[in-house]
Amino acid sequence: MNSLAGKLIWVAIAVVGAICLGVIALERGESINAIWLVVAALCVFSIGYRFYSKFIAEKVLRLDPTRATPALLRNDGLDYVPTDKWIVYGHHFAAIAGAGPLVGPVLAAQMGYLPGTMWILVGVIFAGAVQDFMILGLSLRRDGRSLGHMLRAELGDIAGVVCMFGILTLMMIVLAVLALVVVKALAISPWGTFTVACTIPIALLMGVYLRFLRPGRVLEVSILGLVLLIVSIWLGGKVAADPAMAALFTFKPAQLAWLLIGYGFVASVLPVWLLLAPRDYLSTFLKIGTVALLAVAILFAAPMMQMPAVTKFIDGTGPVFQGNLFPFLFITIACGAVSGWHSMISSGTTPKLLRNEGEARMVGYGGMLTEAFVAIMAMIAASILQPGVYFAMNSPAALVGADVQSAAAAISQWGFIVTPDVLTQTAKDIGESTILGRAGGAPTLAVGMAQLIHGVMPGEGMMAFWYHYAILFEALFILTTVDAGTRVARFMIQELAGLAVPALKRTESWAGNLVGSGVCVALWGYVLYQGAVDPLGGINTLWPLFGIANQMLAAIALTLCLVVVIKKKLDRYAWVPGLPAAWLVICTLTAAYIKLTDPKIGFPAGAAKYADALAQGKLLAPAKSPEEMQRIITNNQVDAALTALFMLLVVATVIFGVRAIFKARAVPQPSVNEEPYVALASVST
Amino acid sequence: MDIGAVKSALRHFWRQAVRTARLAIGVADYDTYVLHLRRNHPEQPIPSYEEFFALCQQRRYANGGNRGCC
Repeated sequence: MNSLAGKLIWVAIAVVGAICLGVIALERGESINAIWLVVAALCVFSIGYRFYSKFIAEKVLRLDPTRATPALLRNDGLDYVPTDKWIVYGHHFAAIAGAGPLVGPVLAAQMGYLPGTMWILVGVIFAGAVQDFMILGLSLRRDGRSLGHMLRAELGDIAGVVCMFGILTLMMIVLAVLALVVVKALAISPWGTFTVACTIPIALLMGVYLRFLRPGRVLEVSILGLVLLIVSIWLGGKVAADPAMAALFTFKPAQLAWLLIGYGFVASVLPVWLLLAPRDYLSTFLKIGTVALLAVAILFAAPMMQMPAVTKFIDGTGPVFQGNLFPFLFITIACGAVSGWHSMISSGTTPKLLRNEGEARMVGYGGMLTEAFVAIMAMIAASILQPGVYFAMNSPAALVGADVQSAAAAISQWGFIVTPDVLTQTAKDIGESTILGRAGGAPTLAVGMAQLIHGVMPGEGMMAFWYHYAILFEALFILTTVDAGTRVARFMIQELAGLAVPALKRTESWAGNLVGSGVCVALWGYVLYQGAVDPLGGINTLWPLFGIANQMLAAIALTLCLVVVIKKKLDRYAWVPGLPAAWLVICTLTAAYIKLTDPKIGFPAGAAKYADALAQGKLLAPAKSPEEMQRIITNNQVDAALTALFMLLVVATVIFGVRAIFKARAVPQPSVNEEPYVALASVST
Repeated sequence: MDIGAVKSALRHFWRQAVRTARLAIGVADYDTYVLHLRRNHPEQPIPSYEEFFALCQQRRYANGGNRGCC
């Protein structure tokens, strides 16, 4: 009876999910309610979790609830601690959730909400959650070792070095692109700049409080920090309203880029307790709280989707990012569908905390499903905006012009009717002077969130408050990523440099610290600066690089999973990691190939076009001087070199993987490097 | 429903929430650590919560922290 009821419930979930997807896919010409998307996503996630993750747990990973985990075997009370699964789940989600799932879907909305939504749903079930879950499962059998260690053990030392190099370049791109998102959000926005600047003294105050006044009282200090943040948002409104004060906090993108580069350097050099740690605490809590707030706002507001299901830009002519649906949609939405970054978390702290192998399913697979739900919410927030407003915010000035009249005319001509008045009024509602040229996802998401929350909790002038709250929340956690990432990369650079000059390796030495931080900041700072001064808006060019790099890491991680499955002689399940790995390899290689060879959107073609014009003494718009022409040429060359590098890394991974597979198949017995079995019952807790 | 049961359920929920929040920022559970030291390393001194917090904070960001790398 019980199992019959269970079956009926799953049939009901499948039917509801199918109906919702049908409504989303078939409704044409009329806008639909966002709730259809929410319910469809929840049904798909439930079914994927109940059936596919169970299949992976039992057949592919063969998780064994009687087997002792690293947390039990190596319990040290600090890193390896058997912990309640809900606590591990919360920790894991907080660690994987970042800016990625919020920004990617917003950019992808230019093709309509349907293509992006379908990729998120299918991608997470068959690729993203599989990667997170399987890497966690592998690490659990290997003392909670990291991705790099596992690659070295299963694929060889050189594969490990390739991976380290790949991670370092990925990090540089991630830091640059995320910092660029902040630059785009804060450019010519005194309100936003003031509030985000305020987070620095607030963090310093919190740091001192936690260190000297009331050590370790995180709850108190977080409440204090939150109150001060809200006060700073309110003060920001006053600053923006006062012309003299506003001028002090109004910066152009290039100036903001320099400020961020300087800030990144200082944050990497200072002791962690002073700036990095308190910001990290505040941004972690704010991130979780705001994601929850967004979910509640969508449920209560039940908004209508304004963006068409599919726009004409699936042909690759869109203004937000260039390139066809395949492969560019699949690298634009990276986090949310599949993110290589997560494989580092899944082989970081999480495997050291689980008290039972069986719980990896909820934490690894379930955690990623939650992240995909965040991506769906971001897609909704972008799609409830009037499409004309969306395109005005995300199109570069080179395409739509720099004032509301020309932008409204250009966008209306694309078929998204909008008047200059609407654009001016939207800017006024959110307390900004303009909404034009705010690509990068964060501002669009912030307008969407502000409209949603304002719809639930109306109030005079509150829209501007919520907009700046959303900007602050995104900027805060992006800057925390920049701080922490600079620090991590600094250690990696010092380690590499230490091979040549041993003195540089000592991470506590001031010289090593300054040199490592300087090199690291210079690397991502260069990419950030070129993005900030890029006449085409930067995001347009750099986001594909980020997507390619992130998916490249996911392909590496899934290749590792595939090799392990083959080594365990489970060939008939090789498709579980093999198909998504192949798909990511195809997407990244195709995208990189197009970026290298296409005469219209390729980097070398862009460099050649401007070089030819420069040789003939001509100036091509949007460049206004020979120096700007030269800058565009150099940027294109650097981007082309990076793209070629990523292609090489992907190809190298495939070769290492294939080699390891052939080796494994040549031996008749399983050849995997797992720790020996220890019964859970034999370990005292 | 008896008030005592509700209260204890709420207290349990709050404790779980606090532990989750602390773990999310890299601060392990103090009580567990103390218990571990008492049981396995009775010769070692027991740090105060404040010392333990500073230790966790330093470890989260030391050597690139727990964000994992090759």
